[in-house]
Amino acid sequence: MSRLEKIGDWFERRLQIGGVVREAMTHPIPRKSASWWYVFGSAALTLFILQVFTGIMLALIYIPSAAEAWNSLQYLNHDVTLGWFLRAVHGWGSNFMVAVVLIHLCQVFLFGAYKFPRELTWIIGVFLLLMTLGMAFTGQVLRFDQDAYWGLGIGASITSRVPFIGAYAVHMLLGGPIIAGATLSRFFALHVFLIPGLLIALVSLHLLLVLKLGINEWPMPGRVVRRATYVKEYEELTHKDGVPFVPAAIWKDMFFSAAIVVSVMVCAWYFGPFGPTGYPDPTIVQTIPKPDFFFLWLYAMLALLPPEMETAALLIGPVVVIGLLILLPFVSGEGEKSWRKRPVAVVTLLLIAVALGTFTKLATYSPWSPVMNGWSGDPVPVEFLNGRSPLERQGALVFQVKQCRNCHEIGGSGGKRGPDLDRVATRLTHDQLVRQVIQGGGNMPAYGKNLNPAEVTALVSFLETLRPANQPPARDASQAVLTQEEQGHLPANGR
Amino acid sequence: MSDQEKNEISRRDMFTKIGIVLNGLAVAVLAVPVVGYLISPILGGDRGQYKRWITLGELDEFPEGQTRLAKFRNPISRVGDGETDDTPCWVRRIQGEQFQVFAINCAHLGCPVRWFAQSGLFMCPCHGGVYYQDGSRASGPPPRGLFEYQYKVEGGKLLIEAGQLPTLSTTASLHEGKTGCQG
Repeated sequence: MSRLEKIGDWFERRLQIGGVVREAMTHPIPRKSASWWYVFGSAALTLFILQVFTGIMLALIYIPSAAEAWNSLQYLNHDVTLGWFLRAVHGWGSNFMVAVVLIHLCQVFLFGAYKFPRELTWIIGVFLLLMTLGMAFTGQVLRFDQDAYWGLGIGASITSRVPFIGAYAVHMLLGGPIIAGATLSRFFALHVFLIPGLLIALVSLHLLLVLKLGINEWPMPGRVVRRATYVKEYEELTHKDGVPFVPAAIWKDMFFSAAIVVSVMVCAWYFGPFGPTGYPDPTIVQTIPKPDFFFLWLYAMLALLPPEMETAALLIGPVVVIGLLILLPFVSGEGEKSWRKRPVAVVTLLLIAVALGTFTKLATYSPWSPVMNGWSGDPVPVEFLNGRSPLERQGALVFQVKQCRNCHEIGGSGGKRGPDLDRVATRLTHDQLVRQVIQGGGNMPAYGKNLNPAEVTALVSFLETLRPANQPPARDASQAVLTQEEQGHLPANGR
Repeated sequence: MSDQEKNEISRRDMFTKIGIVLNGLAVAVLAVPVVGYLISPILGGDRGQYKRWITLGELDEFPEGQTRLAKFRNPISRVGDGETDDTPCWVRRIQGEQFQVFAINCAHLGCPVRWFAQSGLFMCPCHGGVYYQDGSRASGPPPRGLFEYQYKVEGGKLLIEAGQLPTLSTTASLHEGKTGCQG
């Protein structure tokens, strides 16, 4: 017996866990489950361990105080040896973790792995997803910059919409009357103690359930789950045609985990850490707050929901979504597992993915927001001024100075909140332009009080020039009839 | 099993139960201060303790007919707040001692609105909320006009009542401003 074996023996006589570990490692799994499709759960665990490790590293320097947090991040970025890299790994690790957890969820959903007897594994997984998102959000708050500060304001504003207890809930969220030191401290406690503690506990349960119930078998069309027969069928599958987890499957998990960790490091090295953006001084109002990537879809939805259904959607939406996820294994706990036989499941997943992807894409350029420097950023393009009358040019000046361009594109630059105006004269007549400018409407403010008649005249005459040379201006058909009538071309009763 | 043994077991049972009750009591007693500590932010309350009258500045800092950014330090300030206690607001001096003081926070989701004097509009950079110069909603998703602080003029100075982040359920001042459109 070698010295090493003796030491191992000494521990084993006291701990007596060798048998349990060996059993866990060599537990039989269905042959086809030793697949590259089954690596996402272990990759999520690897990323979680990476996050815990890098998080502890960052906590050595980070100061969870509203007065100092931002400075301590700058110190980490610029003064601590490789501090920037650890911040970058933690930030990219977070993005990768959310992505991998989402992919894991989709895979489990498509492979029907949530069905009997793995309902509880799925439900715990739903909470693990929520906590992963919770970690991403609270982590964004700890990066105490302008985005974090105003992000908290958005959080408080959403909370305030809760009926009856809204005000209390806001004060509980903020830890006081305003976003300040106490707010950051409580998000620090959430991010560093509470949620990670729960995550460790629930991840352990999740893994225990995977070991107890066995990994999901590869779904075969026609192999239907029945509560009465499933356990027996699974036993047959694992014992007659099974392979031990180690070494049949674990090498794929290990390869993929290593690839993910390397990817995180490459991204961290190449792209660097996230922020912090501007200093969290609320009196700096020249800021355009935006959430991190995985919350962009929400940012877009908040802009696009009709105001009258916004509160209901914000408060009831999450309850419905989480409720549906939890109910899923009870509603369809039996039946087909294969995605080939579950068209509704596939279409649902695709629809959700397309919707979230679209919202995220929209949020990257937020067409619903006025461009704050649209009016002062770019001049009116020369082609819109060439050969125009002095009045029309005066109108171009009004157009620029009155910030029309914050919401309206012209010549390809400006806001996207309102329609682009390059061809507005082909759509609206003189009268319609005047009316729109003075009264607003269709989500445009009324400018009647802020433009004098001379400015309106100039502005409208400029807008009337905005059409391609080969397209006629918009025409009011009834006016044409009236004019012809006045000129005696039509009999008065011929309308 | 003799009668004595049966008694023995039931006595242990009883002690176990008493033990559980004792621990339950200890937890219940401990819960009182813990819960009190946890909910201290709401005990501070929406009923006035957070709000004080604060001087925004001399009257002549705010020219008539203009809207200007003003800053004040939140009346309740704690260790480690740093600059987060500095709060901006928009002061519109209509004429004489007639003012409107707007919270910086958009009524939609709290982002900082910016004043554009040329077009007489407040615009929000987040989700496209726009307000007229009197704070009433002009367009976009906000469900109401801008939040207003109560103000008063004393000794040539402009004072506002402030102290908490205004949202749809927490007011800027103890009482909502009387002037301006409430959307």
